[in-house]
Amino acid sequence: MANVRLDKVTKQFGAHTAVRDLSLDIADGEFFVLLGPTGAGKTTILRLIAGLDKPTAGRIVLGGEDMSDWTVAQRDVALVFQYYSLYPRYTVRQNLEFPLKSKVHSYSRAEIDERIERASKILRISHLLERKTDRLSGGEMQRVAIGRAIVREPRVFLMDEPLSNLDAKLREALRAELKDLQMKLGGTFLFVTHDQIEAMSMGDKVGVLNDGQIAQVGTPQEIYNRPRDTFVATFVGSPAMNLVPGDLAGGKVTAIDGKLVVPVNGHAGSAQAGGVTLGFRSEDIRVGPDEATEAVVHDVENHGVEQIVTLRIGGHLVKATVPANVPVTVESKVRFGVDAAKVHCFDAKTGVNLTAG
Amino acid sequence: MAEIVLRDVEKFFGENYVIRKLNLTIQNKEFVVLLGPSGCGKTTTLRAIAGLEEIDRGDILIDGKAVQNLPAGDRDIAFVFQLFALYPHLTAYENIAFPLRATGESRSQIDGQVRAVAKAIQIEHLLSRRPSQLSGGDMQRIAIGRALVRRPKAMLMDEPIGALDAKLREEMRTELKRLHLENDSTTVYVTHDQVEAMSLADRIAIMNEGVLQQVGSPTEVYRHPANLFVAQFIGSPVMNVTKASVQTSGAVASVVVGEGDGSFGFPSELPQKMAAASHGQGDFMLGIRPEGVLVSRQQAPGYVPVEAHIIEPLGAYDIVDLKVGRQFIRARTASGYVGKPGETVYARLDESQTHFFHPATGESLNISFGGA
Repeated sequence: MANVRLDKVTKQFGAHTAVRDLSLDIADGEFFVLLGPTGAGKTTILRLIAGLDKPTAGRIVLGGEDMSDWTVAQRDVALVFQYYSLYPRYTVRQNLEFPLKSKVHSYSRAEIDERIERASKILRISHLLERKTDRLSGGEMQRVAIGRAIVREPRVFLMDEPLSNLDAKLREALRAELKDLQMKLGGTFLFVTHDQIEAMSMGDKVGVLNDGQIAQVGTPQEIYNRPRDTFVATFVGSPAMNLVPGDLAGGKVTAIDGKLVVPVNGHAGSAQAGGVTLGFRSEDIRVGPDEATEAVVHDVENHGVEQIVTLRIGGHLVKATVPANVPVTVESKVRFGVDAAKVHCFDAKTGVNLTAG
Repeated sequence: MAEIVLRDVEKFFGENYVIRKLNLTIQNKEFVVLLGPSGCGKTTTLRAIAGLEEIDRGDILIDGKAVQNLPAGDRDIAFVFQLFALYPHLTAYENIAFPLRATGESRSQIDGQVRAVAKAIQIEHLLSRRPSQLSGGDMQRIAIGRALVRRPKAMLMDEPIGALDAKLREEMRTELKRLHLENDSTTVYVTHDQVEAMSLADRIAIMNEGVLQQVGSPTEVYRHPANLFVAQFIGSPVMNVTKASVQTSGAVASVVVGEGDGSFGFPSELPQKMAAASHGQGDFMLGIRPEGVLVSRQQAPGYVPVEAHIIEPLGAYDIVDLKVGRQFIRARTASGYVGKPGETVYARLDESQTHFFHPATGESLNISFGGA
């Protein structure tokens, strides 16, 4: 296993810059998730590390060695794709053997059998070994595809949205399995996804990518609780963080036409008085008769364990999480307040978080 | 507006049923979501209501009138597809006006209707644009506008926001719900996404393999699932389900999960309740949602020690996999409540949130302990 370092990497396709001067450190044995919307450059980064594309500028370092000029085979990394890419007329065992029979590496029969046995046990596909892959379910196929990566014992696992094509229930189960697998193998995993729940639930570290650049790297808790800018703040978390324009003066932010006033004493950092964007998550809103701000219930979404209530204040909409057993009726009047300790102040122009710590 | 009744509707391809004995009434002004995995028959049902698909048996009634033999154009129903079926060479205005062309109304009448719809869905500023100049969300708004402008008796929607990204989907959910509230149109909406179904529906009809599993309000199907399929299709994370049996020792009842993997205390009435459900002492399937698994860092009465395995921090809360013998049971805890994998914590199953299912049929045994 090995650490991976990207050092000021740029990748251009013609006039389009897919990855821009990007530096990134993935520690040995870390589960690192690259999270971003379509077109952010996630897959390009994976392909650069795998050696399927060459960077326009910058270095890619694996285990301390510059591998910018290495071939795909020399890099010894394993790729798992969204589509299973198995050989359909072959058995699971034959599919697992395939990467062990390349010209670069040759293994003895005993070694091959041992690796297949070990991988199939970890992935719980031992009972499927003699079955042809076109007779497998989606979840089983993706396990076999992952198995094909495991048997190689690569230095790094690269995974490109491997769970996206599975149904919700299976995705949840495989999320936990993959995390468990990574802990057992102690392997370096780089996992790419556009799904913030996948990123939060699996990553030791999450790198949020926007327009070819890293917006923030941190633990799931860090990027959720201390987003560096409005992009990260609204991309991570569901429902998206509420953002409303406000004015900072005298240690208070006044927002929503003067109807919402939140003290930001002590934690607005170096913020200058003036226009800011005030951010707060739905779970940091309290709804109750003694709260300061009046609103009309615009919409109620039943999420089973809780309700997501959209509040309308003049022309502004704000989402609040309310326990399932609290009765809320559309178009009724309610009052709400925001937990002052949990609000964020963002620069109104750049979107950068001005809130300290 | 309209009431839609499906009576004993069946559809098959050769020997295979696509829809089996479907009975469902969609009341006037109601928002009903057909929910299920791919291939469950939900889209076929929707297309049958629209007249895009013929049925082999049964009746489809709109306002009491059988329409199964009427062509789609005579059913006065609007259809919105997942993919924005707009005319690329026409502006948003012309796309919305298109269905009115054949009605013989005057240009000013048509103009009034297009502008009224555009105002309702807040796209007035987009009317002069062509589809290629619009975002995915705006294209779908135009497609919905085109469906609404005809003032149809009912709106049928087939995964209309399935192709949009997560954030936009959240916004569009709220918009669709408001639109329904303001237009009062009878709506049948197809999706495989249970969050969408829970958020939008007055009632959800859950289908699997062509068979209707349960119809109920979001709260009903979430709290009182009729069978294991519904129990595990609704809710995220998925409801924990494990084989279990009842054990009694004196006045104390407990539930043993798995093959003796762990034992949790239950109220002493459990054996009587099982007997009343004519299920005696047999094995059953126990279902409990992650929020029904109560976790404590300290030992407390009724709590048993378990090992925390994987912790998924989801921001507002954590999902913790608890190791109970060889089984895993997922719990929902406050963010950061359990420090790290491998820690010993204490867990209890909240009886008021526990579900009991028949081990062979998967049907609910309708045993409950009140409370939530």
